[in-house]
Amino acid sequence: MARLRTAVSAVVAFTLLVVAWELAKAVLPEDGVRIGDTRVLPRTDDAAMPHVWTVLARFGEPEVAGAAAQRTVGEAVASGALFTLGLALGGLVIGGVLGAVLALAMARFGLLERALLPWVVLSQTVPLIAIAPLVAGWGGKIAILGQPWQPWTSVMVISSYLAFFPIAVGMLRGLTSPRRADVELFRSLAAGWWTTLLRLRLPASVPHLLPAVRLAAAAAVVGAIVAEISTGTRGGVGRLIIEYAQSATGDPSRMYTAILGAAVLGLVAAAAVGLLDLALRRYRGSVA
Amino acid sequence: MSGPAVELAGVDKVFGPVRALDGIELTIGAGEFVSLIGPSGCGKSTLLRVVADLEQPTAGTVRVRGKPAAQARLDQDYGIAFQQAGLLEWRSVAENVELPLHVHGVPRAQRRERAAELLEMVGLTEFARSRPGELSGGMQQRVAIARALAPKPSLLLMDEPFGALDEMTRERMQAELLRIAGETRAAVLFVTHSIPEAVVLSDRVVVMSPRPGRITEVVAGRRPGSRPDLAPDDVEDVRESAAFFTAITDVREALRKGHG
Amino acid sequence: MRTWLPPLAFGAGVLVLWQVLVLALAVPAFLLPAPTAIAGQVGAQFGVILPTAAVTGGNALAGLVAGFLLGVALALLAAWSRPVRELATPVVLAASAVPIVALAPVFTTLFGSTTEVPRQLVVTVVVVVPVFVSTTRGLRQVQPVHADLMTALAATPWQASRFVRLPGAVPHIVTGLRLAAPAAVIASIVAEYFGGPQNGLGSRISSAAANTAYARAWAFVVAAIALGLLYHLAGLLLERLVTRPRQ
Repeated sequence: MARLRTAVSAVVAFTLLVVAWELAKAVLPEDGVRIGDTRVLPRTDDAAMPHVWTVLARFGEPEVAGAAAQRTVGEAVASGALFTLGLALGGLVIGGVLGAVLALAMARFGLLERALLPWVVLSQTVPLIAIAPLVAGWGGKIAILGQPWQPWTSVMVISSYLAFFPIAVGMLRGLTSPRRADVELFRSLAAGWWTTLLRLRLPASVPHLLPAVRLAAAAAVVGAIVAEISTGTRGGVGRLIIEYAQSATGDPSRMYTAILGAAVLGLVAAAAVGLLDLALRRYRGSVA
Repeated sequence: MSGPAVELAGVDKVFGPVRALDGIELTIGAGEFVSLIGPSGCGKSTLLRVVADLEQPTAGTVRVRGKPAAQARLDQDYGIAFQQAGLLEWRSVAENVELPLHVHGVPRAQRRERAAELLEMVGLTEFARSRPGELSGGMQQRVAIARALAPKPSLLLMDEPFGALDEMTRERMQAELLRIAGETRAAVLFVTHSIPEAVVLSDRVVVMSPRPGRITEVVAGRRPGSRPDLAPDDVEDVRESAAFFTAITDVREALRKGHG
Repeated sequence: MRTWLPPLAFGAGVLVLWQVLVLALAVPAFLLPAPTAIAGQVGAQFGVILPTAAVTGGNALAGLVAGFLLGVALALLAAWSRPVRELATPVVLAASAVPIVALAPVFTTLFGSTTEVPRQLVVTVVVVVPVFVSTTRGLRQVQPVHADLMTALAATPWQASRFVRLPGAVPHIVTGLRLAAPAAVIASIVAEYFGGPQNGLGSRISSAAANTAYARAWAFVVAAIALGLLYHLAGLLLERLVTRPRQ
């Protein structure tokens, strides 16, 4: 019953957003409102704010008019979003594994934790994504083990790099979360480091790890989209946003279709983490 | 002041399948000190919360100073202190004492004066400007009692206010409470799970048993200040008297019977 | 001393190793320029870096202030009105999962590509989410003993908000601001990658990289990191100031 209410209110909320969009379009002046040189209210003409139904209709139209054997805009956006999702997922897995390994190493060796943790924490507050255009420069110029560096590799590297830090921090916090009494109980049972890790520290880290994975998944998606834009990687939804935005003067609705695709992509990633959350429910204690 | 402070008649309280209170009959006279004692889950806290109108009884009537409990709450006829001091950490000690008056729109000058008076009564004048976090547990509890007394209530409701304090602090707080109760002439309904505490503080000790929560017996307490022969300061003498130990034994017997 | 030494030693070690490796293996600049080359560019470009950082930082600040006010106001409304709460919660939750920076081109179309407004709006939306979430959490966390106290004192709902709920939520509100501050800088930089005037750190990084001036691009990255740190530390300081008297 409560769940139904939540679902209904979510539908109502997004319907209201659509209504607000159309209302703004109907009521506000076409060229927006300026105070001095700054526009404080948006342009509302069809070139800036297309009708919601125009945007939705665009999904079904061919991407390039007139060509034979066409794919629709909707198909283009969907395949772009899937491509980006794949890159973000790859980034999340690579970054997650590296982050978890680093956290384990820090939990095992105190000196490593003291030397590295301040940097890891600091790195979360710093715009690391700024280096995206620089990693893009690697494309086509280097080869690893004979494999040329593909543009999409840059995207995955940036994405994994953003996913790495939240996982390392969350995992470490989780591994060090068991209460002193519990750790001492294991010691009194003469359990070794590995046993303590397997039976106590890993299960205890789950409640800390899940929010970290949620953060990392969101960061991986943002990282993949931004990286596609700054590396000019073709095939992903980030690149589509830019391509469609550049042709926005002719057809603004297309840009909105690509942005909707990116939004759905973010929601899909969040939902996937939600499923993981459900699967690991058993280990979810109360977490501060 | 005339008429009883609290009258409970046929009070039941049911939480789902649990009968927390069952047929409670209790009258507390003006200025009387009554303790509620019993094992966990006997409904003693629920009974106090019903008097405070924090819970509504399932059946029966609750009258405070002759009025329905809700009206008494709106009229601020009682002051209340909980096991946690529950001070607001963003207000100074004096501002915490002023809180009830602040809520009821008493002018600032009057509030200040009353808070100073009360802090003197609980011996915390020099901490008026401190933050609650800077005070020890016992001191915080004294601030909470001063706060409860701010609107000059004729009834003081106390839910295990000394439960979290160490034994030494606790005995000192008991003596202090006796003196304050004597000075303000307020009736007190006091929830505790300590037998000596109930005996030394009370005119009457109400013994309760769990499942369902019932009053099983009422034992005469040994409160010093209310008896012509004993001033509140004689509390230490009471603690060492034979009558004190007899009363303790009586309460213990009553508790055991309630359990059996 | 003991807590600072290992991280400082590690940082210095990485810098030295980086320098040595770049020189010894003749790593090409497009892959990674030497720290000394980057430092040299920071010195050479300092006159450009400052105004550029001011543009990016200014956009971050404008968005941070607007997003903070909006987030707190929305959380207050949601706390007091159930319909507002039920409508706002799914939208904010969705916003926290969606790549908000992708909205940059939308704001550019709506408000024009020649002003900073679109970027400031992206930052605003990015900031609203953590501020709303953390303010809502603060407003919800009323200790049971305080709730009982307010009932016992016959306080009206408005009085309960004024005396207990709002002041109790202040540390959470400031924590939301502290979390949002570095996110504002990141959003401000990323928004520049989506086009608009070429006057901020983000656009400088991409244009320098596109012109194969890699050390210069890294110098702007250093500036971006410094700007992020500045906002982080300012947020931390504000949080300490507000929460200190409460223990």
